[in-house]
Amino acid sequence: MKKSYAFYMDASRCMGCKACVIACKDGHDLPLGLNWRRVPECTGGAWAEHADGTYTQNVFSYYLSVACNHCESPVCVKACPTGAMHKTEDGIVQVDATRCVGCNNCAWNCPYSAPQLDKSKKHMTKCNFCRERLEVGQKPLCVAACPARALDFGPREELIAKYGRANIAPLPPASMTEPNLAVVAHKDAQPANTRKPFLANKEELS
Amino acid sequence: MKKNHSNHGAHSVSRRNVLKFGVASGAMASVGSLGLGSIFCPAAQAAPALPHEDFLTSVCANNCGSTCILRPVVQEGRVMRVDTDNSVEDNWQEGIFQVRACPRGRSMRRHMYAPNRLQYPLKRTGERGSGKFERISWEEALGTIAGKLVECKTKYGNESICSLYASGVQVGALMRRESFYRLMNLMGGFALGTSDYSSAQNQYGMKYLYGQSGYSGNPTSDIAHTKLAVFFGLNITETRMSGGGLQYEVLEAKRKGNTRVIVIDPRYTDTCITIADEWIPIRPGTDAALASALAYVLITENMVDNDFVRTHVQGFDASSMPEGFAPNLSYKDYILGTGEDATPKTPQWAAALTGIPATRIIQLAREIGGAKPCYITQGWGLQRQAAGEMNTMAVAALAALTGNVGLRGGNNGDLDGYSPGVSPRLPAGTNPVKARFPTFLWLRAVERGTEMTALRDGIQGADRFPANIKFIWNYAGNCLVNQHSDINETRRVLSDTSKCEMIVVMDTHMTASAQWADIVLPSASYLEQPDIVGPSYAMNTDWLAFTTPVKPFFESRPVYDVCVDLAKRLGIEKEFTEGRSREDWLEYLYETNCRKNMPTLPETLAEARKVGLFMRAKNRDALPVRFADFRNDPVANPLKTPSGKIELFSPALHTIGKTWELEPVLGNRIPPSPQYVATWEGFEDKEGKAKFPLQMITSHYKGRTHSHYASVDWLLEVMPQVLWMNPLDAQKRGIEHNEIVRVFNGRGEVRIAVKVTPRIMPGVVTMPQGAWYKPDANGVDHGGCANTLTLYRPSPLAKGNPQHTNLVEVSKL
Repeated sequence: MKKSYAFYMDASRCMGCKACVIACKDGHDLPLGLNWRRVPECTGGAWAEHADGTYTQNVFSYYLSVACNHCESPVCVKACPTGAMHKTEDGIVQVDATRCVGCNNCAWNCPYSAPQLDKSKKHMTKCNFCRERLEVGQKPLCVAACPARALDFGPREELIAKYGRANIAPLPPASMTEPNLAVVAHKDAQPANTRKPFLANKEELS
Repeated sequence: MKKNHSNHGAHSVSRRNVLKFGVASGAMASVGSLGLGSIFCPAAQAAPALPHEDFLTSVCANNCGSTCILRPVVQEGRVMRVDTDNSVEDNWQEGIFQVRACPRGRSMRRHMYAPNRLQYPLKRTGERGSGKFERISWEEALGTIAGKLVECKTKYGNESICSLYASGVQVGALMRRESFYRLMNLMGGFALGTSDYSSAQNQYGMKYLYGQSGYSGNPTSDIAHTKLAVFFGLNITETRMSGGGLQYEVLEAKRKGNTRVIVIDPRYTDTCITIADEWIPIRPGTDAALASALAYVLITENMVDNDFVRTHVQGFDASSMPEGFAPNLSYKDYILGTGEDATPKTPQWAAALTGIPATRIIQLAREIGGAKPCYITQGWGLQRQAAGEMNTMAVAALAALTGNVGLRGGNNGDLDGYSPGVSPRLPAGTNPVKARFPTFLWLRAVERGTEMTALRDGIQGADRFPANIKFIWNYAGNCLVNQHSDINETRRVLSDTSKCEMIVVMDTHMTASAQWADIVLPSASYLEQPDIVGPSYAMNTDWLAFTTPVKPFFESRPVYDVCVDLAKRLGIEKEFTEGRSREDWLEYLYETNCRKNMPTLPETLAEARKVGLFMRAKNRDALPVRFADFRNDPVANPLKTPSGKIELFSPALHTIGKTWELEPVLGNRIPPSPQYVATWEGFEDKEGKAKFPLQMITSHYKGRTHSHYASVDWLLEVMPQVLWMNPLDAQKRGIEHNEIVRVFNGRGEVRIAVKVTPRIMPGVVTMPQGAWYKPDANGVDHGGCANTLTLYRPSPLAKGNPQHTNLVEVSKL
């Protein structure tokens, strides 16, 4: 069994700058409308106006940085009709472009919408954990890019044992796919099973 | 050892240099602890590129206050992708860590090779501002410019030739603005504004309070040495998000000190997300009201540091007032209501203005008064206001009252003022023109420069400005149109070609300003010219980069080369170049500046370029505490104020307040002490609010630096230009999240998508500054450019840009 990895993100450090998104886009030459890594903004709280012209509020906000989580139970793999989407021996979920018909079934099933159709290439694409960089002992582009040092990666078992799997809104409950994403929660983190519409930047998540 | 795949690649040179400098690569992270912190070391142990890739060393040199290392991966002279610094192990404690670029710098490839990148020199063919141009040769462009320079000098004098304030290239020895300055100084001088668009009101306020023009605070690393830090409007996490800059430092310092941080801001900024323990929303322009009420509680609850105030402060109360002034002009009299306005600045008084409940103001005062030290600091948003000088002074006054000045872990209430390193610049020479106007008033100088006086317009070096501006050189800047207040007013003045007769814009892209040029010159980008670069003014890492360029885009050229060609035409080539080629200048500056300051650098520039980047540890805790000498002995070490003390009452301001000629509008006055001033288009402008009830600020946005990078589609896709609006305000207007709305006032209209978010307080909207102006035929802007709505009226003292003071209305289409 080859060494397999999980992503780690410290949401208490993430400032939502999106250097990870752009480093990934540049490094993997992704077209407009397609970003393998995305930064959801989770915002909530309300305002009360008082008679003396003052306000009180309980506003909170935090960011997460999320790509493919190379899940233990990758529903995208199950949903793929051609076997193009597969999990390799080292735990990376990837697309075999020669077998992919671009039907989008994987994307519809993935609760993180991680696989994305590259319309010009006519097949699904997704985060490959920067396999080519891992192979030469370098960090994934997003990890090396993070100005706040909020992103990291490491041995899957160790990280998951220490931090558990991401189970924070606006992400889906971890039980759905067992994501290999370890998250240090922000102080205002909301549980994943909340029904409140906390996702505040849907239009930025192409 | 990997194959030597690049003549600049780190792999090929790192080990040799490591040995040469006596620092093992593994020890890089701990140079500080080895006592080698002051030595510049080659920082090339790690390489970001994959084994088959070639990469160069370069930088992002824009004006965020940081400068980041870029490592473009290149193929046949073209950038294939851009990596950033990973050359040392992060060790913030020791003062050395990776200068990781933010998304703006990371988008450099897209920025460089964009469809709106300028390829050739252009000359205007339609009306000015029509955006109609035709390609011309460099020969023709430079001939036209040189001819017009001579004509303007002869006809109108050197004062008629203006180099407009611009900050698109903020670092570098040869790629900055000095080339043109040098050229013009050799030609007899030129018109140049004083101060800037960043912090004019802060600079002036601090000058009268502390005798120092801004940048006077302790390093933000001091947060680690206090239990309480209060940020008035400081938003380093969106403005200075470099991984080698302040956001990283504050993040680490807060953790190290387990410091409680309170952020006071109309917006729940990204700084609130990662740094703040508490957010206190405040109405724009009312910071001085909050500060005054905090002072009221500090005074009435006996939390003033009386010992410090007695010996270090002038004009706190009647006992420390200078002779010849009524005792009740003191700061304390103003606060307690025994002064001229007879209004006690109670928490209840401030609550109605700021929107902050009185109980919270009282608690905050007790927190500040009970902590010692307390790190009180401020950003520049609260000073970029109609009475910005008062906001900036009133906040800083709190540090004086509580005796936090000159303490480790304390602060004087100003922004971090430490520049990290020294890097060379082309000598600009001396400007024979002594008369200067405030930078923000350049447009006034176009229309009626000769009417501008010292008392009315803040002219310095003369009683009256001697000329109208007839020629504008605008290199790497967007203040000509986009970043200057009231675009419709700017358009009115600039469209008359008999006023400013020639506008030259040299830039990398077809900016909103370039659209208004008569001649457009394509500039080589940061990555397309060799240079020597150090960190900018707001970083906490120290390094030097010796950059190696890729091929310039089409016919784009470095500004230095362009100025040499202009010098030839003006007959001053010899004086301009001193017989040096561009490369000769870099070698000269390397020897006389870099090597002189840092003798551990390699003997030649060529060797330094092979390494690319050199770093040295800089433990900011080892920096001297600002004002510590003054604190210890104010008599022996006086401030540069007239009294040598902190002046809570300034006789100089008192005189200015009585003698300067100010436009008679609400709030256009200059009190002698830090006071709250209700202003035009502020919260208390009832008349204005009857028509335009929302206060609009123009906050900085993480998707760009001012207007730089504003057109990069990769960035716009994930950080679109939107107006922030509170759900309560949206509801009242039937506005829904993400719909396109009209934002308007008497000066203009913008159509823009709205982000309905509780992260901005009710009654306030923000249209982040810097988005590019895109007017339709009716003058309605679809680019989200905030200056479509701002007013061109300077602040009273600094004559600075009050671009956060605006009233607007927002409605559905």
